[in-house]
Amino acid sequence: MEYAIDVGKVLFWFSSIMGLASILTWMERKQSAVMQDRIGANRADIFGFRILGLFHIIADSIKMFTKQDFVPAQGNRILHTVAPMIALFFALVGFAAVPFGGTYEIAGYTVSLQVLDLNVGLLFVFAMMSMGIYGFVLGGWASANNYALLGGLRASGQMISYEITMGATVIGTIMVYGTLSLQQMNIAQGELLFGWIPAWGILLQPLGCILFVTAALAETKRVPFDVPEGESEIIGYFVEYSGMRFGMFFLTDFIETVLAAVLTTTLFFGGWQVPYLYAGGFEFPWGGSFELPVVAVMLLQVGAFMAKVFTLCFIFLLIRWTLPRFRWDQLMRLGWTIMLPLSILNIVVTGVVLLIVGN
Amino acid sequence: MEQLVFYLFATIAVVAGLVVVLQRKAIYSALALIVCFGSIAVLFYQLGAFFIAAIQVIVYAGAIMVMFLFVVMLIDPESEFFSFNRIRRVSVLALPMSAVLALILLWAMPVLRESDTNSQSLAQKGSIEVIARSLFSDYLLPFEVTSILILVAVLGAMVLAKKVD
Amino acid sequence: MVSTTQFLVLGAILFSIGTLGVIVRRNTITMFMSIELMLNAVNLTFLAFARHFDQVDGQIFVFFVMTVAAAEAAVGLALIVLLSKRNDSVDIDQANTMKW
Repeated sequence: MEYAIDVGKVLFWFSSIMGLASILTWMERKQSAVMQDRIGANRADIFGFRILGLFHIIADSIKMFTKQDFVPAQGNRILHTVAPMIALFFALVGFAAVPFGGTYEIAGYTVSLQVLDLNVGLLFVFAMMSMGIYGFVLGGWASANNYALLGGLRASGQMISYEITMGATVIGTIMVYGTLSLQQMNIAQGELLFGWIPAWGILLQPLGCILFVTAALAETKRVPFDVPEGESEIIGYFVEYSGMRFGMFFLTDFIETVLAAVLTTTLFFGGWQVPYLYAGGFEFPWGGSFELPVVAVMLLQVGAFMAKVFTLCFIFLLIRWTLPRFRWDQLMRLGWTIMLPLSILNIVVTGVVLLIVGN
Repeated sequence: MEQLVFYLFATIAVVAGLVVVLQRKAIYSALALIVCFGSIAVLFYQLGAFFIAAIQVIVYAGAIMVMFLFVVMLIDPESEFFSFNRIRRVSVLALPMSAVLALILLWAMPVLRESDTNSQSLAQKGSIEVIARSLFSDYLLPFEVTSILILVAVLGAMVLAKKVD
Repeated sequence: MVSTTQFLVLGAILFSIGTLGVIVRRNTITMFMSIELMLNAVNLTFLAFARHFDQVDGQIFVFFVMTVAAAEAAVGLALIVLLSKRNDSVDIDQANTMKW
């Protein structure tokens, strides 16, 4: 039975990530269409049913599976094949340490809605993200194409630069909650400030939240940080890719968007916490309570987590279709001379405030 | 089970290490080294050093090796033809040295086996709290010196990379 | 449980492989990578002893080794890039002039 719970957890989490990522591929087309006063994808149909063009997800994947799988003659066949898998694999593995719900006692079983409970969970996610760089770099190198190589080098430079900012930013959050375990962080965010404000990260670390979201968007390598791709200039590390292997790179972009949203939710928006909802039900600070069975609490919290992630994904897509692309030097200047000093300032200010409040 | 994990990742580390040394193309050496560092990180985890294992992946495999790969791709060194004749030149010194080291290891083995401690407190020892407490109290001065070292290294790298003419 | 000796032997093997690389290879980048391998072997030994003696100091040392290695990689790779620009090769035997 415990084995079944574990398998169920993994299956649920994996399928919701993949589902959300593939819905995002459709959402990106539809949302941009709405923003640009177009109709957008609506052609794929099954027996005349179109349901807003949602069948385009299926149509796209069939198209990618059946297209020719091209390897450049001068390229490195093995690395060219492995590179997108590396990118996709490490993007997905990072999710394992993120909790999508709390711990519940259901029918005598303890269900902890987290695949991998590590006491260095946050570092694990970061480690996997930093390993993901190799997929893009190798893809660019193995293509034997100067534009692809340039894209790969740009990807590595950009991701390392913003990873530093990202790491420096979360230190403030770690200091506030005093833990590296993502589950512990979520539990800490369920507490109340002054008796009625939920202690979410965005309220305790507003600057940190903004910096983190910016750095996380840079990690996804999408507009406005898409210099490694730069459709109108170098096309990027996947210029020599086709078929399903291109599809993997394409999907990795969206999975990284989901990962950015999931991490932002977990660190700054309370994760699975619903304000005033505890293990027994709602308990409002102004008195009054509302009893709920455990299963309902669990469904509410998981649902709240998913809703937060989805909203953030929506906002990320909004940003992607609003801002123009940075130039390479602007990107580096933003990362190293603005965001890194600000994130260090954030650490210092957090430390001083913690010292004052702590005493 | 633990033995199995150890031998699996030890084998991977050793084979990858040999590839690093014997591979003629620098890019494959770099890739093998990444694999080697990854499996060493697993061994670190097995030793109860959770924080160090994560740092190993982030810093070594994730940052230092990306720089290596970056440089290898940038200057694209040609395949190198090397021979093992060089070993002969140093073997006069190396043989006695390695013999001494091997003797030390052999001597240490039984001593260590006698006193193999149980690892009850492993989980706490590897945690970031314990490391941080030690780092910011007993090792505060070395820590600060290291940060200055990194600052110097950053400045040095920038001076070197900057075009003089 | 995996004994300390096993880790020590593995560390010794990895260290020897790294040493072999430094001696045999002439490519500066590969030599540099061999040095990193040696550092990692030493780290493994440090951690094995940290567990053996139930102390945290070994882990602190590994931490320092890593920071020093990161600083070393930054400067060393910058030097290698400069070297390859000057000599049009990364062969260490060709880097035999100090100034020109």
